[in-house]
Order: sequence, then structure tokens, then C-alpha cells
Amino acid sequence: MNVDHAPLVVMSGITKRFGRVAVLSDVRFSVLPGEVHVLAGENGAGKSTLIKILGGIHTEFSGRIEIAGREVHPRNPTEANALGVAVIHQELSLIGSLSVADNLFLGRTPTRWGWVSDARQRREARGWLAQLGLDLDVRRPTEDFPIAVRQLIEIAKALSHKARVLVMDEPTSALSAPEVQRLFGLIQSLKQRGSGIVYITHKMEEIERIADRITVLRDGRWIGTAPAGDLPAPKLIQWMVGRDLGEQFPRRAPHPGTERLRLEAFGVFPSGFSARPAVEGAALRVRAGEIIGLGGLQGSGASELLLGLFGAFGARTRGGVWIDGQPVQFPTPRQAIESGVALVTNDRKATGLVLPLSIVANATLAGLRGLSPGGWRRPGAEAQAARDNTAPMHLRAASLELEVGALSGGNQQKVVLAKWLQTRPRLLLLDEPTRGIDVAAKREIYQLMDLWTAQGIAILLITSEMPELITLSDRIVVLHRGRVTAEFDRAAAAPEAILAAAMGRNL
Amino acid sequence: MTEEIHPPEPTLTPLARGRRFFSSPAGRALIALVLVFVLGLVFNADGAFFKKGTHRDALRQASVYGMLACGLTLVIVSGGIDLAVGSVLALVAVCSSQMAMHWGWPGWLLVPASLALGAGCGGLAGFVTARLRVQPFIATLSMMVLARGLAKYASGGMKISTAVKGPDGLYHNVSLPPLFTGIDTRILGGNLSMVTVVFGLCVAVAWVALARHRWGRYLYAIGGNEEAARLSGVPVVAAKVGAYAASGLFAAVAGICQAAQEQQGDPEAGAGYELIGIAMVVIGGTSLMGGRGGLGLTLLGVLTIGYLDKILSINAVPEAGRLVLTGIIIIVAVLTQRRRG
Repeated sequence: MNVDHAPLVVMSGITKRFGRVAVLSDVRFSVLPGEVHVLAGENGAGKSTLIKILGGIHTEFSGRIEIAGREVHPRNPTEANALGVAVIHQELSLIGSLSVADNLFLGRTPTRWGWVSDARQRREARGWLAQLGLDLDVRRPTEDFPIAVRQLIEIAKALSHKARVLVMDEPTSALSAPEVQRLFGLIQSLKQRGSGIVYITHKMEEIERIADRITVLRDGRWIGTAPAGDLPAPKLIQWMVGRDLGEQFPRRAPHPGTERLRLEAFGVFPSGFSARPAVEGAALRVRAGEIIGLGGLQGSGASELLLGLFGAFGARTRGGVWIDGQPVQFPTPRQAIESGVALVTNDRKATGLVLPLSIVANATLAGLRGLSPGGWRRPGAEAQAARDNTAPMHLRAASLELEVGALSGGNQQKVVLAKWLQTRPRLLLLDEPTRGIDVAAKREIYQLMDLWTAQGIAILLITSEMPELITLSDRIVVLHRGRVTAEFDRAAAAPEAILAAAMGRNL
Repeated sequence: MTEEIHPPEPTLTPLARGRRFFSSPAGRALIALVLVFVLGLVFNADGAFFKKGTHRDALRQASVYGMLACGLTLVIVSGGIDLAVGSVLALVAVCSSQMAMHWGWPGWLLVPASLALGAGCGGLAGFVTARLRVQPFIATLSMMVLARGLAKYASGGMKISTAVKGPDGLYHNVSLPPLFTGIDTRILGGNLSMVTVVFGLCVAVAWVALARHRWGRYLYAIGGNEEAARLSGVPVVAAKVGAYAASGLFAAVAGICQAAQEQQGDPEAGAGYELIGIAMVVIGGTSLMGGRGGLGLTLLGVLTIGYLDKILSINAVPEAGRLVLTGIIIIVAVLTQRRRG
């Protein structure tokens, strides 16, 4: 075998237990120079655990890791970095109050005689960011930047380690299309330089675009490794879920009823009326039983539109809102909930769930008023309500008294949905309801949306996945920089036209 | 999809169930309390630890701190902190003494007025932190200084006692108000102090609020994730103001009890009590991060610190040594409480 094509990393016989539960058993995995190796599998399949072993975060395991032909056992992330492995974690590891430059060089700040050489650090930081097409003021704290930029900073940080093996755990979950494009361009150039990329994603589109090889894990076991060409989408999904899902999306027949929501000249001013609005002059109609998809890229204002409509920005909105023909105004989310509106936010850990509380407590939080007449709680009724609302969701939890923080992403999202079902909503606002959850859970959520619309609930849906947007929406409204730029019927919706409208052009 | 979705709950052996209990916050708080008791059994000061009066006094001495800890638990569960309770205690001790001894107010008038005063101070600090978004540390620190100042204003810097200056300019003694003597009595054949009964009532009220009322659930939700709570329709500002008002209310109860026991209203009373109250809450296992904890844990924490102090004092450990040992034991207890991840 040619030395240049020897694998960068070979992991074999990897077994990892948490207590008595084996989360990985006898898993093998390798990375070749110049390849993008996609690690696929449902949530809980063991992808993140495998990566954490390689990255020196989990140090207790059995099995063998070879890097450049030498057996190694990284004991912490710094050692892994020194071995040429850099991991970009799903949960951002940046410190919000520190500057971009400080974050990039955290733990290895360039110094001269013990003094931080700020100028050099800033210069080098700008260099790494430029590779990603970012031109930021590196002295500003990272918390000033939107999540997409923070994710790119995280990638730049990994690059700056000059790693030969780069592990990316869902790097595009918060990125807009042009940013994803730039990232993929960068991955190409890293490949040409002989780096190996390990890429974890739940997006089929991305796998089809960039995978050279694919390894599938299921329930902690190695299912197979194959060149991407040998693993078309249906087969890959079958490997991942271990059963034939048939079509990727269930079909749904629309059942539109009377007008549920009307927006006229709706504007949202999250930072006050003197600042630039996030949404301006938006007009929108949603009928009962209808799913309206909101298309748009990063900064389109779609999320702010939902938050503003829901009362999350208080009175910092303009224009008219009608629900079932009645003019409404929501100074706080509470009034919105009382009027039958529910909002699933795009970040369940930050804004959707109370992680230290139980499934029951979370699932009944929004509807607690109805469950506690006179203010006195009835734990039996709460448990019953939580059971009733999670039953149709196939929630996988040993007990409803578990802390939600201990659940997988898909199950956490089901708890969020159960919480809103308890409020008997007429209008559901869904912001990225399937972000970061596995294929089977996604499918279940699609089926639920189908069921809800059949019951007459109206849905406003934001999703960054084009196939999801096109297959689920009865109509698609596209936003660009806070303004509605196009509207498509189901039949007329083409990905190219939607993307063009989202970028502010018309085909 | 009809797959098995609820993995069967593994049947636990009694041993494993015991291990699970002792790794829970309640189990660990109980271990700390048991260890303190064992300490008392070993260092029993020639049998003093086995006397009923020792336990009655341990409970009596812990009661005033414990009342503060009840209110602090509500605030800490919501992710906040209240440094003002010691000063509010002093303000209420002064004002209630004044009302009782100088103005001759009856208990049915004095108690609601005192509670309203305490709740008002707490509620104001709560409004400043919840509505005006000042950090709770700063908002309640200001109230701590402010209430101490008011206590000195109201008392003219003097202790309010039964020696009342008459219109003739001469001091004459009034008799102790019945409310004060009532609180400073023992029941059950002299085996239980009335203040301990009051403390028990405080625990019960706070427990019901936190564990059985919607408001309590709201406090947990706010402490666990304020933004998620707000977006779930939780009235965040009202719930938080309520928690601080309740904390002030419990401090007022403690203030009346303190005045009754000392038979005077001391404007310097309660200094540093807030820290002991916080230590009791934390040693019980309620998280300062908010969202986790409860009144049962606080009760264990109150007993742990109360008994520790009593055991050290019956063994004639001088105050200096008592403080050092208490400090060490708090940190050890909190370290064992730490969640393992």
C-alpha cells in the first residue's frame, strides 16, 4: 500500500459502556486522506460517542485506535489535537464573553515572555476566518454574533489546529445556503491537501453532495461501510433504520377550511422601533387545516415573524393580526397561548424546554392553568395529560418522571410538541421542528403534522431543509431580509425558484 | 410502527434501590444529617446529648434561621438569591416591638402589619430584579442596606424594649405583650418551643406553595430556563416578585419571633443570618443555579446545621473553633451533594 494512501485513522473493536449499557459494541471506523467519510445513523446510534472517543473526551473504552499507523489513546482533547484530530462539536464550545480572537486561540494563546501578543493573535485569527470567507471584528465578544457566525468561528478554531483529521458534527445545522456552500468549498480544498474529514449529518442532501464513503451505525453497532455511490438514499435509510421506510415523506391530502390567521402589513422590531425591523410589511393568510411553509435563508426574518406574532417581543410589532376573523394583539406569549396559538422554537434546549424538570413538568408547563383549577396542582391529572399527549408520539422514555435533559434530541422535541398539544392550539407555529433529530423521529413528526391539520389545526412552518419545505407545505411564502418576496402554490414550488426568491431575485 | 417503545423498567434489588436513594440529593442530605447525629452520639458531652432539653434547644435555636431558609428556598429555586432577609428581620423586630410595647397594638393587628412590611420589602426587591432587570444579588444587597437603615430610623438606633418613655419624660416599664410571651413559651410539658412550632408551620406553608401550587411549578420552571418558561406562558415577573415577597414575609415571621425571644427589638439583629439561611438551603441540596431542590431538602439542611452547632456548643468548643468547623463541614457537605455527570 502506498504510504500516501495509508489511512490517517483506524479504529477497531471499539466498545464503550455507560454502566451496564453498551453504547458502542465492536465498532470499526477508518479515515483515509483526502476523503469525506460520512458517519450516519439515527440519534442514539452512537455516532457522537465514537467521535468523543476519537477526540479524547471519552477515555474509558476498549478497542484500538491507530493514528498514522501508531496505536494511540488520547486522554483529553488537547492530546487529540496534538495527534492531529480536531473535533467541531454540535454544542458550541465558544465562550460568549470572550472575543473571537481569544476564543480561537483559547488554551494556546500566542505569548511573548508571558505577555499575550494581541496584535499577532488578531492577525492570525483574521487569517483563519478569511478562509471561511468571514471578515469579522475579531475583538468583539462572540456572543454578539448570530449562531451561524458562531458556528463558522467554531470551524475556524478547528482549522487553526492544523489538524489532518477534522470531525464535523452537524456543522450546517445553523448555516444558511451560501454559508453551507462556502463550507463545502473549504472541505474540497482540505481534501485536496490530504486531510480526512469525518462528517456527521442528518441531511440527506448533504450526504449526497459530499460523501466519499459512508459508515452506518445503528444501536451502537457497525452496520457497514460503503462508497457513497453504492449507497443511494433509499438503501442508506434502510441501513440506518433497519427497516424499509418506503417513501421518505408520507403523503398528505390537504383539508383547507376557513381562514385561521391573517397578517396585514405586519412588522417586527425586536430591538425597538428605531432599529432596523426584522420583518416589514408582511401579509399572510393561513386557513384551517393548511400548512404554510416559510422559506428563507439566514436573516430572512422568518423566526422573528413567528416570535413577533406569538407576543415574544411584547408590543414591538406593527400591523394587524386576525385569528378566526377576530383582531388580536398579544403583549406576551401568554395571551397568544390563551388564543390558541403555540410556538415550537428553533432551539429546544435554549428556549423550548426546562432541562432540569421532568417530562411531565415540561409537557404540562404551557397548559398548567387548565390543569390546576384555583391554582392547586393535581399531579395525577398532570401525569395523565402527559401520558395522553405523548402517547401518539412514540416517546421513548423509561418513565415520564425522567429529566428531559436526559432524553435524546428527537424525544426532547416530542416533549415540546406534547406541551403544546396540551394547550389545544388552533394555530401551530413550528420553527425547525425537525432540527437535529433522527430520520424515524422526523417521519413521526411529519405524520403528526398530517394528523393535526386533519383535525383543523393551521400550521406555519419554518424549515431549512428544502425537501421538507416542498413536500410538507400547501403553500410556500418566501422571505428575504424581512420582506415577502414570493409565494408559491404546492404545484408550482420548484427548489430553484424558492432559493432565488430567498436570495432576493426572481427567476 | 408498533415496536416496543417503553423499555421495561429494570427490577431493582433492594440494594440497588438503596444505592439509588443515597445518590439522590435527598439521600445525600440525609447522610449528612445522620453523620452529624453520630457525631453527637460519640461526643455526647457526658450524656448532655441524650437530654430532651438539648434537642428542644437545638431546634429552638435553628428555628429563626430555618424560617429565613424557607423563603430563601423559594427564591433560590427560581434561580435568584435574597441577601436582604437578615435586615428585614431586624426591621420587623424593631417595628413589631414598637407596635406591641409602645403603641399597645394587639396581635391581630400587629402580625398582619408586620407581615405586610416584610412582604413589601421583599416584593420591592423582587420588582427591582424581575421587572427592572437588576441582578438579584445587587437588588437584594441594596434592600439589605436599605432595610437596616430603616430599622435604625424606626428605633432611633436604640433597642426597643419594655422601658417606655412616658409623656412626663420618665421611663416606666410596660408588661410584655401576650403575643411575645406566647411565642416564647414551651409546650408539650416543656419539651417543645413555640418558635419551633412556628418554624414547622413555615415549612408546611412553603412546601405547599412550592410542591402543590401552580406558582411553585412556575418557580422551578423559571429557575431551570427562564426564557423557555416565558415562551410557555409563565407569568415570569409576577412569579418572581411573589417569591421575593414570600421571602420577605418569612423574614417578618422570623423578626417577630426574634423580638419575642429577645423581648426587645434590636436594630442590629439578624446581621449575617442571610448567609446562614443560604448555607442551610444549599447544604440540603437545592441548587444555586435554580430549577432543582425543595423544602424537604431545606428542612434537612436546617437540622444539619442546627444540630452541628448545638453539638459543638455542648462540647464547649469555643466560638472560633465552631465557625471554622462549620465552614469546613458546609463545604464538605456541598461537595458530596455535587451532581456527578
